[in-house]
Amino acid sequence: MPSLVIQDLHVAIGEKEIVKGLSLTIKSGEVHAIMGPNGTGKSTLSKAIAGHPDYTITAGDVLLDGTSILAQEADERARAGLFLAFQYPSEIPGVSIANFLRAAVQARMAEGEELDATAYYKRLYAKMDMLKIDRKFTSRSVNEGFSGGEKKRCEILQMAMLEPKFALMDETDSGLDIDALRIVSEGVNTLRGPDLGVLMITHYQRLLNYIVPDYVHVMWDGRIVKSGDKSLALELEAKGYDWVKKELALA
Amino acid sequence: MATTDTLAQDTAATENPVAGIDQTKGDFSYDVSYAFDAGTGLNEDTVRYISSVKKEAPWILEFRLKALAKFRSMPMPTHWATKDLENIDFDKIRYYLSQGQKPKRTWDEVPDDIKKTFERLGIPEQERKFLAGVEAQFDSEAAYSNIKDIVAKQGVIFVNSTEGLREHPELFKKFFGKVIPTGDNKFAALNSAVFSGGSFIYVPKGVKVAQPLQAYFRINAENFGQFERTLIIADEGAEVTYMEGCTAPKFSTSTLHSAVVELVALKGAKIQYITVQNWANNVFNLVTKRGVAHEEAEIKWIDCNIGSRLTMKYPGVVLKGRKARGEVISIALANDGQHQDTGAKMIHAADETTSNIVAKSISVGQGRSTYRGVVHIPKHLKGCKNNTECDALLINTNSRTDTYPAITVRGDRNYVQHEASVSKVNEEMIFYMQQRGLTEGQAMSLAVNGFINDLARQFPMEYSVELKRLIDLEMEGSVG
Ligand SMILES: Nc1ncnc2c1ncn2[C@@H]1O[C@H](COP(=O)(O)OP(=O)(O)OP(=O)(O)O)[C@@H](O)[C@H]1O
Ligand SMILES: [Mg+2]
Repeated sequence: MPSLVIQDLHVAIGEKEIVKGLSLTIKSGEVHAIMGPNGTGKSTLSKAIAGHPDYTITAGDVLLDGTSILAQEADERARAGLFLAFQYPSEIPGVSIANFLRAAVQARMAEGEELDATAYYKRLYAKMDMLKIDRKFTSRSVNEGFSGGEKKRCEILQMAMLEPKFALMDETDSGLDIDALRIVSEGVNTLRGPDLGVLMITHYQRLLNYIVPDYVHVMWDGRIVKSGDKSLALELEAKGYDWVKKELALA
Repeated sequence: MATTDTLAQDTAATENPVAGIDQTKGDFSYDVSYAFDAGTGLNEDTVRYISSVKKEAPWILEFRLKALAKFRSMPMPTHWATKDLENIDFDKIRYYLSQGQKPKRTWDEVPDDIKKTFERLGIPEQERKFLAGVEAQFDSEAAYSNIKDIVAKQGVIFVNSTEGLREHPELFKKFFGKVIPTGDNKFAALNSAVFSGGSFIYVPKGVKVAQPLQAYFRINAENFGQFERTLIIADEGAEVTYMEGCTAPKFSTSTLHSAVVELVALKGAKIQYITVQNWANNVFNLVTKRGVAHEEAEIKWIDCNIGSRLTMKYPGVVLKGRKARGEVISIALANDGQHQDTGAKMIHAADETTSNIVAKSISVGQGRSTYRGVVHIPKHLKGCKNNTECDALLINTNSRTDTYPAITVRGDRNYVQHEASVSKVNEEMIFYMQQRGLTEGQAMSLAVNGFINDLARQFPMEYSVELKRLIDLEMEGSVG
């Protein structure tokens, strides 16, 4: 079964170590939630896995279906089936969503293979309808002038179009209004299935009511310090991070 | 709306790319035997030789000899332009090479050794598909020149400069060398001394040429200088679009391309002049382009400069008649080892004239872009408007960009607006695109295409598709 295995991962930015020995195995079909205070290294973890050049992996490994991906460029990892829904998606002036996604879809096709434009638009519109994104957005530049919530919705649209094996979703819920949270969650739930593994970073238990995780992990100072099922999120919400801190001090 | 556009582009990309300007395809040369060769170096004999093989009228020889003297007396403009100009060795250049002075009217008649070059560049195919006429210049002379019957029947003249001056002196002499005088700059003087090839076009009153006329300039020989001379006259109410494409094989020695292009748009006429050049990076490309727009006439330059070692080119419009309009849309991409020194000139000389300049430059690696603009509106005029916008995109920190906008607007009855921006392709944006599966080169290329998107959309479809493809090639070559 396909898996994303993070083994004792250490990540540094410059000289500073941010992720300090984190291990986690995500199997296809599973949804893992990671919660943790601000600045604890959640985004760093997701970007390092995706292959951001500024993040140095000083020790450990990341395996996709049993093969280390650390030597691969970000785009190779993406084409191998890894998707990152960014906490802060970049704007790409002058490049429409339709053209951007078409280039991304094309990048996954074999050399010489031609993209069927009609089929592509049909699929794009279907996914947009699912996420209740106005079709006018296809001609807008990627993320340029988008509201916070529109950006997040556009990330999920891309995920739906690119059909990754593993998706790292970094605070996809933040910035979404109540209706949008429901729509985006429904969208993710539609994508959920035996062929997709998800690592979902969030601060809010609320999201987990919509996208019910199989596992919940608490990240603290670059490590996973506590794991459990969805009830851990409820407990965390009730007791706050001080509770985790106290438990850590006792250990 | 916009999505149908995208669909249309899809089809265009597969069915109708403008062939021939892709430098990876253009980098080849065949051995050609030249019947006419002015030898290496430049003196009066060179000029006399060129004039005699062309069987020119005495006034033209005189014009050439005066220009040669002018060229010799003028200093290199290195007090404001790059010192790299000093590396041009005028004694090592060959000024005239051809197989003959009369272009063929059918491709079948074009000698095989030349024809195979144009076939490889895809010119005959393009002509069949969407052009009203084609002139294909090979080194000094047009090897082929033809215009579709229906266009010719409307009285449109489309010939090379030799033929134009010989067959229609009354028509062309009036404007020849008038828009750009010999002494305009050192390279205009050089061109005036040794010019050969280029197009002479006349569009009669009220005739609107529906499809574009195209010229293709091909340099084949090493150490060669190409000096085409183009003059386009659109009579009252006439309309014409002219497109030029240029390539040369990549030699280890430098090649010189120094053209002069003059446009005359008479009352109410419209001329659109589109250049997509992709020179090999040993070419010094020093071109003077200017048009005169009479009352209510419109001249639009669309100028895309890719490749070359040094390009210096500032298309201009003299707005001579009331309500004349001038526009320059300029895109320059300077890759490693290249310097694009481009810009625009707008000389307002009548009331209520308007001009618009949009210049976008992209500098990659050690590439260098310079924008130079001149906008001149004298005090006595009223109701004139200029809008100038220059945007630079830098890709990697070594790139360099300079902007020298010279806007002299006098009087308070005119309106000028100027905006400039410099942006960088940032690493986060590239990472974002790579995360979606695009290679670094594809990501860069998409960023660059996005940067020029609003301009590229104004081009005829075939050219915007080709431009995108050229940028893709440049950008993919620019990352390791
Ligand atoms: N490019 C960078 N340069 C220097 N420090 C950085 C950089 N990126 C992140 N950091 C630091 O690394 C630490 C972890 O940041 P990260 O963004 O991974 O936290 P996070 O857990 O995602 O927080 P949040 O919940 O606020 O999103 C922070 O202290 C942050 O300031
Ligand atoms: Mg974060």
